[in-house]
Amino acid sequence: MINEIISMNGYGPYVWSAFIFTLVSFASLYLVTKLQLLKEQKKYIVKFGSLSEAKTAVVREQKINKEILLNSVITKI
Amino acid sequence: MFNFFDVGKIFEISSRSTKYVFFLFIIVLIIGLTEALFLSPEDYKQSHSVRIMYVHVPAAWMALGIFSMMTFLSVGTFIFKNKNFFLISKSLAPSGFIFNIIALITGSLWGKPTWGTWWAWDARITSMLILALFYFMYLLSWRIIENKNNAIKISSLIIIVGAINVPIIKFSVNWWNTLHQGPSLKIMSDTTIHSSMLIPLGIMTAAFALFSLLIFLMKFNTEMIRIKNKGLDRL
Repeated sequence: MINEIISMNGYGPYVWSAFIFTLVSFASLYLVTKLQLLKEQKKYIVKFGSLSEAKTAVVREQKINKEILLNSVITKI
Repeated sequence: MFNFFDVGKIFEISSRSTKYVFFLFIIVLIIGLTEALFLSPEDYKQSHSVRIMYVHVPAAWMALGIFSMMTFLSVGTFIFKNKNFFLISKSLAPSGFIFNIIALITGSLWGKPTWGTWWAWDARITSMLILALFYFMYLLSWRIIENKNNAIKISSLIIIVGAINVPIIKFSVNWWNTLHQGPSLKIMSDTTIHSSMLIPLGIMTAAFALFSLLIFLMKFNTEMIRIKNKGLDRL
């Protein structure tokens, strides 16, 4: 039964290679994109932490900045 | 005019919906793989090699669909001078490129047992290779052009020129006598694929579309944070 699934009448190497290549491509793109996102979030937190209180207040006023900070905290948890 | 493309609103939605899209993608992919690899029947002519269709066809559809979307966004960038269009287009490109590569590689893996060759300079296959080159040039233009305004113009131009290739890909099997088979799935007339194969194909297409959405959301968030990082530098 398992041998049949693996060999697929001799077409197994082609079929499994196609599916494995697709899944590896998906995983690679996902990991690269995720790492880029985490890198930018980390950079943002470092820059935000170095701001003065007055500047922090200005930044916090913008909705988009609040969202970035919130997501960075969630990602760290 | 284009309040619909309010970046702040899109960022709010994209940052919150990523995890839901990820879980939905995993569920749909597991169902799709089970159907494609184990439950769907083998073809009477191609036997089990037909299963490659479940990754090859959705990948080709997605690569073409994403490029078409990028074309509209690039035209929009020029006509409406709306900078949000390029941001969406740039976030769509990586998944489009990967789908194009998957379509070419899985097509090659399907070609060997059915046609007896890994590659043929056939109209459909060659035009898909040209599409991959346009994707590559687009992604490369963002890496090598330092001036942002020039990068927007040149990358948009690459996509608009590349759009000429899209109808060629679509109709290549009708216009030329090719090794690649003609379309089996038709919108205007009856499809020639049996429902036992059409359902797994539909599920795998949904999984691929969800993956594309997931990468788009993550990439869009990255680009937005990058812009905000530059904003913090200017404070």
